[in-house]
Amino acid sequence: MSNLVKFKIDGTECMAEKGSYIVDAALENGIYIPTLCNMPGVKPKGACRVCSVRINGRLMTSCTTPVSDGMEIESNSADILDLRKAIIELMFVSGNHFCPSCEKSGNCELQALGYRYKMMVPRFLYDFPVRKVDASSPKIIKDQNRCIQCKRCIKTIKDEQGRSLFAFHKRGHDLEVILDQDLGKKITEELADLAMKNCPVGSIIKKEKGFEQAIGRRMYDHQPIGIEDK
Amino acid sequence: MKEEQKMSKPILATTSLAGCFGCHMSILDIDERILQLIELVEFNKSPINDIKTFTKAVDIGIIEGGCCNSENVEILKYFRKNCKILISIGECAIMGGLPALRNGIPIEECIHEAYIGGPTVQLNKNHILPNDDELPMLLDRVYPCHEIVKIDYFLPGCPPQADLIWNALVALITGDPMKLPYEVIKFD
Repeated sequence: MSNLVKFKIDGTECMAEKGSYIVDAALENGIYIPTLCNMPGVKPKGACRVCSVRINGRLMTSCTTPVSDGMEIESNSADILDLRKAIIELMFVSGNHFCPSCEKSGNCELQALGYRYKMMVPRFLYDFPVRKVDASSPKIIKDQNRCIQCKRCIKTIKDEQGRSLFAFHKRGHDLEVILDQDLGKKITEELADLAMKNCPVGSIIKKEKGFEQAIGRRMYDHQPIGIEDK
Repeated sequence: MKEEQKMSKPILATTSLAGCFGCHMSILDIDERILQLIELVEFNKSPINDIKTFTKAVDIGIIEGGCCNSENVEILKYFRKNCKILISIGECAIMGGLPALRNGIPIEECIHEAYIGGPTVQLNKNHILPNDDELPMLLDRVYPCHEIVKIDYFLPGCPPQADLIWNALVALITGDPMKLPYEVIKFD
């Protein structure tokens, strides 16, 4: 017996390995579902909700939901596209995302999703929260203004003993991702590079590395994030 | 848009509020198409021609920059009153932009840094703060234009690309659908 299951995304017949998550399964079948908090090799957590799809009339995060046989998934309908756009807009207004002065601009996944979904202006009012910038580490800057709390740094940036350099601090509305003061001072060059790379936005910036690439040569200057829709 | 098509020549006005004039530079960046633009529209109040007040009803008003002081608010309301369509162009008009970096800082601290405590302040020995009645009052924070008046269209970018401005104006004037290729929408 084969280990494959059949399912449909927006009516298109798809096939994927049993137990694989919908985002990955969709990608294998040439269908792009946007993600922000999800990254390959890390256990998905459904934090950002950008990958929302509708299954049996319910909204589910496709990064945490495995495909099953005969599943019918609604992904690129007008209301789901608008929901995703609204989630992206909410992230823009709930932080302080000053793209023109951000070192990550052009390589930022949140910004790239804004481009992909043609966000001309968020429909929500800007919050302009007061947030801190932690520049205590000799190698990196942790800017809370830009953090979207995706946990990618918490999950992937660990020292040789397996200790996370980043952690959640406080709760609810005050929740923030902070850098451990001691481990942050001892962070290696490679780990600092990886931390900046793994951050989908410009919340972790490597010191003395800002604005390295010229405008026009950055990742999302000419190419949209994700793959072309079939 | 049909009504506009019948008009002999739509009238255009522009202004720069709390902006850097970069967006106006981007308007000029349409290069030789500026010759076509003056065929398509008639300019009214604008820093480009230095007309200071509206001399007639305007069809399209272009706003650069957000609102950081009372004068910005006054001019924005003046534009809303006199223009049928208002377009916010650039990050500052859309979200406050770089001037809005002060939004988390109390106004007293900002003024102190600028006129008393800042490292480049040398000549203000008597610690005088600007207090002339003629000067516009600073707002508590920088506001995006659409939080003050209704804005009809938004063109993001810092500055918005010349092609984006051009495509939008042509679409608005001719009534044709707007061309929006991936590369013209940028937030920086």
